[in-house]
Amino acid sequence: MKRAIRIDPHDNVATAVEAVAPDEEVRISGSGEEITLAAREAVPRGHKVALAALRAGDHVVKYGEVIGRMTAEARPGDCVHIHNMEAIRGRRRSA
Amino acid sequence: MTFQGYRRPDGQAGIRNYILVMPTVICANQVATGIAEGLPAVAIPHVYGCSFDGRDNAALEYTLIGVGRNPNVAAVLVVTLGCETASGEKVVAGIAESGKPVARVDIQEEGGTLRAIARGRELVEGFAREIEGLRPKPVPVEELILAVECGASDAFSGLSANPAVGAAADLLVEAGGTVILSETSEIIGAEQVLARRCVDAETRERLLNIVEQQESAFRSFEEHAGGVYIAPGNIAGGLTTLEEKSLGCIRKGGTTPVREVVAFGERPSRRGLVVMDTPGHDVASMIGMVAGGAQVICFTTGRGTPTGCPVAPVIKVCSNTETSRHMADNIDLDAGTILSGEESIEDVGRRIFERVLAVANGERTCSELLGHAEFMIGRRREIGICPRG
Repeated sequence: MKRAIRIDPHDNVATAVEAVAPDEEVRISGSGEEITLAAREAVPRGHKVALAALRAGDHVVKYGEVIGRMTAEARPGDCVHIHNMEAIRGRRRSA
Repeated sequence: MTFQGYRRPDGQAGIRNYILVMPTVICANQVATGIAEGLPAVAIPHVYGCSFDGRDNAALEYTLIGVGRNPNVAAVLVVTLGCETASGEKVVAGIAESGKPVARVDIQEEGGTLRAIARGRELVEGFAREIEGLRPKPVPVEELILAVECGASDAFSGLSANPAVGAAADLLVEAGGTVILSETSEIIGAEQVLARRCVDAETRERLLNIVEQQESAFRSFEEHAGGVYIAPGNIAGGLTTLEEKSLGCIRKGGTTPVREVVAFGERPSRRGLVVMDTPGHDVASMIGMVAGGAQVICFTTGRGTPTGCPVAPVIKVCSNTETSRHMADNIDLDAGTILSGEESIEDVGRRIFERVLAVANGERTCSELLGHAEFMIGRRREIGICPRG
């Protein structure tokens, strides 16, 4: 069983404390209800795993605050990073 | 609660007795380094000091004066070439206002590298004799200013090291001391969290204003790959957006009300948590905070970085046990025990607070033992609003 930290109960992503392989079980702890979910794909150490189904345009929430928005959909257990989400703030003009 | 400090003529209390050798221009770097070599002195070579832009010169002079006035500095030797645009006289006069010993060596006046080094070494040896008799006395912890900083962050910094330093910051504020949180670019996306905690409308407005200025500066930059303002190493480590990094970064300031927002290098006028407008580069940001009077720095890292500060001990707190072991000579405290569940954020916060007091009382940190004394100043946007410049 691998571990991931949900830092605020309102978060829809958690941070993997160690590398997770596809189909591996992940224990979500830190704050809120402790749950276990199966990773649908590899989640490298320090990267985020989706805790809920997310659609393109949905806000990604960590620390109880918005950290960006989805650019593609993710299912619970998917890795969430630059391939499926983007920043809303602090962007270059043409980006 | 007290620490053992050195009372300066201007009333401030330091925790070290540095003799600083300060070049005013790149052309004086080698002489400054030669003067400090083998003596109980620290040189701060840098690349600034001769520019036809008046603001650049003012920014350097302002920063050097602030660093020279830091209470950890017992005496300063300013090394000038003689024809640079930055003014050595202004720097000497600004530092002398604090009442501490300050002198100047001019390379053109002395007649070359060797004579300037010889004269500089005599002056430093004189300073060393002068401060030999200084003995620390108990100083109330209310007079301690802790700067919090982060660099080479990883995805765990915001989950372990930053909240733990934040818990220590809360303990210091509770004891009546001051904490400076900085790096305006790393408040972008997290400013509403801090704005909610500002003590009055003026402070809130100033906070939102510096963030807006920084964000609009970002928008005007030329685009190259990426379109996001976090380092490639941050992304490789799992951080995706600036907002995510910022929300993790501000955790190291703790949870107390924001009492004041100050400019780069400006001394806080209130105790408690203060935000300083500094660049997102850790070295420049630390220089801003020590120019504002911070005596000690807590620096969190995830990927590991060796940087220190020429006028303040830096306590490195690492977000994870792997890096703590891998870069053991640079890391003072491991906060990875939070990730493994061995310790709580509060447990590590208490350990950090105790270490801050021990360092204030003379315990040396990794950066001090290894001689790290990096010096850099802010870019124009931050320095452009400096109050003394």
